[in-house]
Amino acid sequence: MSTEHHTPVSLSSVKDTDPHMQPAAKNPDKVERRVAWALLLGMVSFVGFGWAYWVDAQPWVLGATMGAGFSFIGVGMIAWGKYLMPQGPFVEERHPLRSSDEEREAFASVISKRGGSVIKRRPMLGAILGGGMGVFGIVALFPLLRSLGPLPKKTLEITDWKKGSYLVTQDGRRVHVDDFIVNEVATVFPEGFQDTENGQAVDQTIVIRLDTEDYVTMKGRENWAPRGYVAYSKLCSHLGCPVGLYEQALQLLVCPCHQSMFDVTIGAVPNFGPAPRPLPQLPLYIDSDGYLRSQSDYQEPVGPGYWERS
Amino acid sequence: MTALKTKRTQKASYGPYGKLGHALNELDDRIGAAKARNFLDKVFPDHWSFMLGEIALYSFIILLATGVFLALYYVPSQEHVIYNGSYAPLQGQSVTQAYASTVDLSFGVRGGLLMRQMHHWACDIFVGAIVVHMARVFFTGAFRKPRELNWSIGNTLLTLAIVNGFLGYSLPDDLVSGTGLRIAYSILLAVPGVGSYLAFWIFGGNFPGTMILSRFLILHALVIPGIILAMVGAHLFLLVRQKHTQFPGPGRTENNVVGSPMFPVFMGKTTGYLFLVAGVTTLLSAFAQINPIWLFGPYDAAKISYAVQPDFYMGFLDGALRIAPSWQTVAFGHNIPWEVTFPALILPGIIFGLAYAWPALERKITGDNELHNLLDRPKDVPFRTASGAAVLALTIVLFIASSTDVIANFLHISLNTILVVMRVLTLIVPPIAFYVTLKICQELRDVDNSSRRKTPNMVSRTAEGEYVAVPAPHHEDDAHHEESPIAVPSFIEDSDDGEDPSSGVRTVDR
Repeated sequence: MSTEHHTPVSLSSVKDTDPHMQPAAKNPDKVERRVAWALLLGMVSFVGFGWAYWVDAQPWVLGATMGAGFSFIGVGMIAWGKYLMPQGPFVEERHPLRSSDEEREAFASVISKRGGSVIKRRPMLGAILGGGMGVFGIVALFPLLRSLGPLPKKTLEITDWKKGSYLVTQDGRRVHVDDFIVNEVATVFPEGFQDTENGQAVDQTIVIRLDTEDYVTMKGRENWAPRGYVAYSKLCSHLGCPVGLYEQALQLLVCPCHQSMFDVTIGAVPNFGPAPRPLPQLPLYIDSDGYLRSQSDYQEPVGPGYWERS
Repeated sequence: MTALKTKRTQKASYGPYGKLGHALNELDDRIGAAKARNFLDKVFPDHWSFMLGEIALYSFIILLATGVFLALYYVPSQEHVIYNGSYAPLQGQSVTQAYASTVDLSFGVRGGLLMRQMHHWACDIFVGAIVVHMARVFFTGAFRKPRELNWSIGNTLLTLAIVNGFLGYSLPDDLVSGTGLRIAYSILLAVPGVGSYLAFWIFGGNFPGTMILSRFLILHALVIPGIILAMVGAHLFLLVRQKHTQFPGPGRTENNVVGSPMFPVFMGKTTGYLFLVAGVTTLLSAFAQINPIWLFGPYDAAKISYAVQPDFYMGFLDGALRIAPSWQTVAFGHNIPWEVTFPALILPGIIFGLAYAWPALERKITGDNELHNLLDRPKDVPFRTASGAAVLALTIVLFIASSTDVIANFLHISLNTILVVMRVLTLIVPPIAFYVTLKICQELRDVDNSSRRKTPNMVSRTAEGEYVAVPAPHHEDDAHHEESPIAVPSFIEDSDDGEDPSSGVRTVDR
C-alpha cells in the first residue's frame, strides 16, 4: 500500500497540491468534456420530451425522451461528483453521543424527582386526570370503530337464496331443465339478485349437469339434484375466490387463486389444495314448467372460515 | 456620480464573498444558518452497498410525484357508469367509476399512462430496494448498537410499503385487484375472535360493500404516505446524528468516518443518483408494460381470471397460502381456519417479529453491548449470516410457490406433484441454506487473508546463476489504492486570484 506518505494533515497545512484535494480523474479536462456532453444530451432529451408532449406522441416516446433526459443528467452529475471533485478521502471524528455523567444524572433527576413530585404530591389529581383521559380514549375509540360498519350478526350465514328462487344467469335468463347437456356448467344467481353487489359477491352459484337422471351427491341429499343438475356455492371455502374453472374430464371444480379442487360428484369435497371444507350444495327442484328452482337457502354458511362459523 | 460611488462602497461592504456572502450573513443573523456548516462538512463513507437505501428514498420521491398526478384524475367510486371513453373495446360496458377513471387517465390524459406505469414501477423498485437495503444492513451488522432504533424504523417502513402497495393496486377496481381484495377480506375474517368485526368495519359491511375504494384511497394517498414520510425523516435524522457506519480499512476506526464531504461531493453524486433512478424508472415505464388493467377487465365478483398473481412483494404470502395444508379447528361452536390464519397472519408475524427482535436477541446471545461503527464482513459472523440466509431462502421458496399453477403448466407436471415438492422444499431449503452458509462462512473466516489479493513473487537470477523468488514491489493496481483521510478543509474556493495565506482562504485550481 502506498499510504505511508499521506499521513493525516492538519487543516492549516493542507496544500492545494495535496492529492486529497485533486480530482480523482487523471485527465480532468477529458472528463469535463464528457460530463458536459452527458449534461448536454440530457438537455436535448428534455427538449425532445417537450416536443413529444406537444405533438401528443405515443407514451413510449414520452417515456423514452424523459427517461433519457433524467439518465443523462444523472450520469453527468455522478461523474462530475466522482471524478472532478476533491477525491479525499477525508476524515471526521465521531464524537460520542453519550452525555457526561453529570448531565445524565441531572436529566434522570429532573424526570424522576421534579416530574415525579407532580404525581407524588398530588396523587388524586393525577389519578383523576389519568382516569379522564382513559375514559375519553375508550369512549372515543369504540364508537369510532363501531360506526365504521354494521355488526356482522347473521350476515355471513345467509344468502339471498330462498325457497322457490329461480336460477337465472347473469343476463337474467331462467335456467330450464332442457337447457344443459351433460357436463355443461353455468354461473347462476337467485332471480332478482343477478345485478346486485351482494348477489354477485355472495349468492353466486355454479350449476352443473352431471347426469340425465336424478343424482345423489351424498347421503341425506337424495332429492337435491333433480335430473342430474347439481348446484354449489361458487365461493371458495378457502379465501372466497370464485371457483371458476371446471375440469370436465375429472369432474373437478378448480379455484384459480390457490388451486383448491373440489370433486363435484361427491358433494364438492376438496381433494387437493388448501381448502378445508366442501363447497355448500344448494338443494334444487324442477317446477311444473320445467324451470330449476331452489328448495331453500344454503344449509351452511358459504365462503371462507371465520371465528363464529361452527 | 454619487450614486455610482454608493454602489461601489456597498459592493465593497459585502465582504470577500460578495452578495451571496451578504445574504448568508443576513440569514445567519436571523436563524443562525452558519451553524449548518457542520452539516455541509459531514463525511459520508463510500461503498456501493450504501446506495441501496438511496434507491428506496428516491423511488419514494418518484412515488409521491407520480401519485399526485394520478390523484388529480382518479375517482374513488364504486358507482357504475357506462364507459364512453377513448378505449374502444370497453365502450358501452357498465363499469365502476374507479375503473373508468383509471382507464381514462391512462388513455385520455396526455402522459397519463406513463405516469401510471412509473407509479407502479417505482412502487416495485421501492419495496425491492428496501428489502435489499435491509439485507445489506443485516449481513454487515449495521443494525447493532447504537442503531437498533433505526433498524426498527426501517422494518416498519418495509411493512408500511407492502401494505400501501397492496392498497394502491386495489384502487383501479379491475378483475385482478378485486380478487386480491376478496382474498384480503377473507384473511381479515380468519383473525381468531374478532375477524368478522374487523372485516365488516374495514369494508363497511359484507364484501364488497360500497365504500372500500374511498377508504383505501385516503389510507393509500394520505395516511400511510404521511406516516412513511415522517418515518423516513426520522430514519435520515438518526442516520445523520449517529453518522454512517463504514467498512474497516486504512485510517478507519470506530471513532471516525472516512469518505467524501456532504457538500459538494456527496450532494452532487446523490442528486445525480436521484436523476439516474428517475431515469431508469421512466425508461422501464416507457418500454415494459405493467398492470394493464384494460386487459384484465373490470371487477365482477363472479368472474375470475387464470394465473391470478399479486405484485411480487405479496408473492411470499400468496405462496404460503397455496401450499398450507387444509387444517382447520372446529370446536365449541367456533372455527379457526389455520389454513389461512397460519400462512397469512402468523407466518409474516414470525418473520417480521424476528427481524424486530434480532438486534436484542443478538445482544443477548453474544453478550456484546458495545457501540459498533465499523461493519462486519458477513463471513466473519457465520451464525448471523446463516440465519439471514435461511430467512431469505424461506421467503424465496414461498415466492416461487406463488406460481405453482404456472410452473405446472410450463413443465407439464401435475399440480399435485408441484404442491408436494414445494411443501417439502419449504421445510428443507431454509435449514440447508443455514448449514451451507454457516460452513462457507466458517471456512472463509478461518483461512488467513482469505479475502486478500496474493502478492506476486518475482523470480530473478543472480550473477552466480542462482534463482531466487522475492516479493514483487507494490504496484499501484495491486490493491485498492486509497489515500489516508484528512479533515474536511473549511474552504474550497474557485478563484484565480491566487492564494492569500493570511486570510485562511486556500484556492484550488480546477
